[in-house]
Amino acid sequence: MGRFRTNLLLCASTGCVSNKSLELKEAIEIELKKHSLQNEIKIILTGCNGFCANGPIMVVQPEGIFYQFLTVDDVPHLVEEHFLKGRPVEKLMYIPPKKETPVPKMSDIEFFKKQQLIALSNRGSIDPENIDEYIGKDGYRAMVKALTAMTPEEVIEEIKSSGLRGRGGAGFPTGRKWEICKNAREDEKFIICNADEGDPGAFMDRSIVESDPHCILEGMVIGAYAIGASAGFVYIRDEYPLALKRLIHAIKQAKKYGLLGKDILSTGFTFDISVNRGAGAFVCGEETSLIHSLEGNTPEPRTKPPFPAFSGYRQKPTNINNVETWANVPRIIQHGAKWYSEIGTETSKGTKVFSIVGKLKNTGLVEVPMGITMREIVFDIGGGILKDKKFKAVQIGGPSGGCIPDHLLDTPIDYESLTKAGAIMGSGGLIVMDEETCMVEVARYFLSFVQDESCGKCPPCREGTKHMLNILTEITEGRGKEEYIDLLQNMGMLIKETAICGLGNTSPNPVLTTIRYFRDEYEAHIKEKRCPARTCKTLIHYSILEDKCTGCHLCFKNCPTQAITGEVKKAHFITQQKCIKCGMCFDVCRFDAVRYE
Amino acid sequence: MKLKPEDLDKINEKMRSVTNLREGAGRAKITVHMGTCGIASGARKILNEFLTQVEKANTDDVILITSGCAGLCSREPMSTVEIKGEPPVKYVDLDEEKVRQIFEEHVMGGNITSKYALEIGSERLS
Amino acid sequence: MNEQSEKIDQIIEKFKNEKGTIIGLMQDIHGEYRYLPEEVLLRVSAELDIPMAKLYTLATFYKSFRLEPVGKHHVRVCIGTACHVNGATKIVETLERELGVKSGQTTEDNQFTLETVNCLGACALGPLVLVDGEYHGKIDQGKLKKLLNKYR
Repeated sequence: MGRFRTNLLLCASTGCVSNKSLELKEAIEIELKKHSLQNEIKIILTGCNGFCANGPIMVVQPEGIFYQFLTVDDVPHLVEEHFLKGRPVEKLMYIPPKKETPVPKMSDIEFFKKQQLIALSNRGSIDPENIDEYIGKDGYRAMVKALTAMTPEEVIEEIKSSGLRGRGGAGFPTGRKWEICKNAREDEKFIICNADEGDPGAFMDRSIVESDPHCILEGMVIGAYAIGASAGFVYIRDEYPLALKRLIHAIKQAKKYGLLGKDILSTGFTFDISVNRGAGAFVCGEETSLIHSLEGNTPEPRTKPPFPAFSGYRQKPTNINNVETWANVPRIIQHGAKWYSEIGTETSKGTKVFSIVGKLKNTGLVEVPMGITMREIVFDIGGGILKDKKFKAVQIGGPSGGCIPDHLLDTPIDYESLTKAGAIMGSGGLIVMDEETCMVEVARYFLSFVQDESCGKCPPCREGTKHMLNILTEITEGRGKEEYIDLLQNMGMLIKETAICGLGNTSPNPVLTTIRYFRDEYEAHIKEKRCPARTCKTLIHYSILEDKCTGCHLCFKNCPTQAITGEVKKAHFITQQKCIKCGMCFDVCRFDAVRYE
Repeated sequence: MKLKPEDLDKINEKMRSVTNLREGAGRAKITVHMGTCGIASGARKILNEFLTQVEKANTDDVILITSGCAGLCSREPMSTVEIKGEPPVKYVDLDEEKVRQIFEEHVMGGNITSKYALEIGSERLS
Repeated sequence: MNEQSEKIDQIIEKFKNEKGTIIGLMQDIHGEYRYLPEEVLLRVSAELDIPMAKLYTLATFYKSFRLEPVGKHHVRVCIGTACHVNGATKIVETLERELGVKSGQTTEDNQFTLETVNCLGACALGPLVLVDGEYHGKIDQGKLKKLLNKYR
C-alpha cells in the first residue's frame, strides 16, 4: 500500500450524508485526478465528528484543518489552493459566533476543545468499514489482554473499580451487573447490546455504531468472556439503516479474522453475535420488553424480579448494556480502571456522550468528562443560544427526564445531581430551549409521545398518561382550570408509584419538573389565557404592522387560506376568522411587519 | 483467515503508519512550499521525492505537508524540516538528490544538513 | 407478482432454516412490499403454523409495520424532541394541508403517503423530513413546497 501525504477525512455519517457528503467525495476525486494528486492524497469516509449542524465536514490531516458547509462548487478552488499549493482556504473554515477570524484547526475550535473522547475516541479518524484501521488504533488489543492475561473475575473487578455505570439511563454499576449475571447458576448465558435508541433527541448510539462499530463488538466479547456467555445479540433500531449496514459489515469482518465465533484468536473462547432489527417500539428500551421482542413477541414489560440477570432471554441469565456502555469497555480494559476512574466525579466516573440539539448555535454530538456543568455545555461548547435569544431550559433524559432551568445551569452533570434536580441522566439527549419554547407545550409533547408509545399493559401508564395529556391539551388550548396544576401533580405521583416499568413510572417527570420550575407559565395559560412563549396556537393571533408593511404582497401570495387582504404597495390586513395560524406570513415577510402575540 | 494475537500486532503496526500520519502526531514534519513559484521551479518533484523516501524508510512518524509560498522565490524549491522539540530548518534550491540527503541525514538521522540549509530557527511553522 | 411470490418463498424458507424471529420474517416481507399484505400474512400463518392473531398483534404493535400499501412517495416527518422545538408541528401541518391528507394516510392519487416518526436520530439537522429514504434537514415551510414539487 502506497503512502499518502495527506488524508481527507470526510464525514459519511447520516447527518453529513444528508448534506450531500457522498456527492462531495466524487467531486473531490475528479478534481484530484485533474491535478494528478490521486496518489498523494487519499479520501477516507469516516463516521460522525459530532458537529453535525455544520456538515458536510472534512478534516484535512496531518495539518488538522477543519472545513465545514462544503459544497461541490467549493471543490475546484479547495483542491487547487490547499491540496496543491498548500494554502488552506479560510472561507471554508469555522468562524466562531461574534468573531471574524476563522479557526483553521479542529483542535482549536471551542466545540471540540472541552471534549474528552473515550467512547468516541475513533470518531472521524478511521474508516468504520475497514477493520484494519480499527486494529491500527489498538483495536482488539483489550480483547487479547482480557482473553489471554486476565481471568473473568479480574475483568469484572477491573470494570467494577473503574466506576463505569450504565449509559442507557438508570446508571446501574456495570461491573456489579456483570457479576450478578456471572454468578447466576446456569450453563447457558446471553448478553445483549441495546442499540434501540428510542429517546427522541438522542443519537449517540447511532453515531458510535456508524463511526466505530468494532469497539462495540470488542466490548461485547470482553463482557461475554467475563460473564460466561456464549451468544450475544445487538438489538438495533430499524430507523438507522446506515448503522445497521456498518454493524453487519463489521461482524462479517471480525468473523473472518476469527475475532468472533469459534475459538477466538485460538484462545479456546467461543462467542458469536447476531443482529436483530427493532421494529419501532420505544418500550423496548426496557430490558424485559427488549427480551420479549428478541423472542419474537410483543414487547410488553413484566414485573421484576426476577431480573434478566437470573431469567432473561429464553429464561436464561442475560446481561443487557447499551451501546455507549459497551464502547467504554475495551478502553477501560486497555488503559486500566485507575485511568478511567480518575476522570469524572466521586460517584460518576468517566465521560458521557451528549447530543446537544435544539435552539443552540453549535449542535451535534459531544463527549465530555462527568462533572462538567450544564453552562459549559450550553454556552462554551454549544456556543450559546441561536439568534442570541434568552436561554430558558435544558431538557435532559427524554420522555423520562426533566428540565434544568436557568438558575441550575451551574449544576455539575452527574447521575445524582441530575436526579436531585428532578431530571435523569438518561441516554444523553440534551435539548436546549429558549424563550420561545413553551414549557407547558413541551410537557404536553412528551406526554403525547408516552401515550403513543405506551404498550398498554398497565393502567397507570395506559390510562393515567392519557388523562394527563387531556388536561395538558386543555391548558394549552386555553380551557385550563386552576385546580388542574394540583391534579397533574397528584396524578403524576400516583403513576410514578404504580406503573410496572421504567417507561411508565418516569413518564410524569417532564410534567412534574416543568410545574416545579415554570409554574408561572402554567398559570399564565390558565388564568390569563396567555402563552408567554407565543407558541400555543389557540392563544396567539397574527397581525400586520401597518407602518412596517411595504405592501410587497408576498404574504398575500403565500397565505394558504386567503386570510390576507391588501393591494400592492399598501398595508395588508389579516382576517382573523380565516387565519389558521400557520405562520407562513411571518416566515416569508422580509420587513418584520408580521407580529404574533 | 483466522488470526492469532501476534497477527493483530502485525496489522496494528502496518496500519499505525497510515493512521499516525492522519493525526499529525509525527516526530518530524516536512513542509514543502508550494506557491506558484515553488511549483514552477519544481516543488512537485521535491514533494514526490520526500513521499518516496518516507515510503522507503517505512517510518510512521514523519508527516509531510504542503504550504504556501515561503517568500523567498529566488531560492525555490524550498522546504522546511522540523524535528519535534527543535527549531525548524529551511532548505533552499532543492533537487531530488539533495532531498535524499536531507531525508537521510536530518529527518532520519537528526543531524542538520547544513550545506543546503538557509537558516535555522528563523520562524516557526505551525 | 410472481417474482415477489418467489421472494416470499425464500423468506419463509430462510425462516424455517435459520430459526430467526417472526419479527425478522415480517420485516423481510415488509421490505419487499413496503407493507404487510393480508394474503401474504395468511400464507405465512398457514405454512408456518403461526396463528394469524399473533401476526396481527405484532403488526399492529410495532410502529414500523403497515397494513396498508404506501403511495409512490413515502414522506416521513421526524417529530423527535429536537425537531419538535424547531417547528416540526408546523411542518406536519403544512404537509397535511398541501397533500390534503392526515398523517398516516395516502393521497387519493396514490402519490404520497404521509407519516410521522418519533426520531430519526439526525437531531442536529431538525426539522427533518425523509422522502423515500432521502434526508432533508433544516426544512421550513418555504423549502417544503419546493421539495414537494420535486416529487410531484
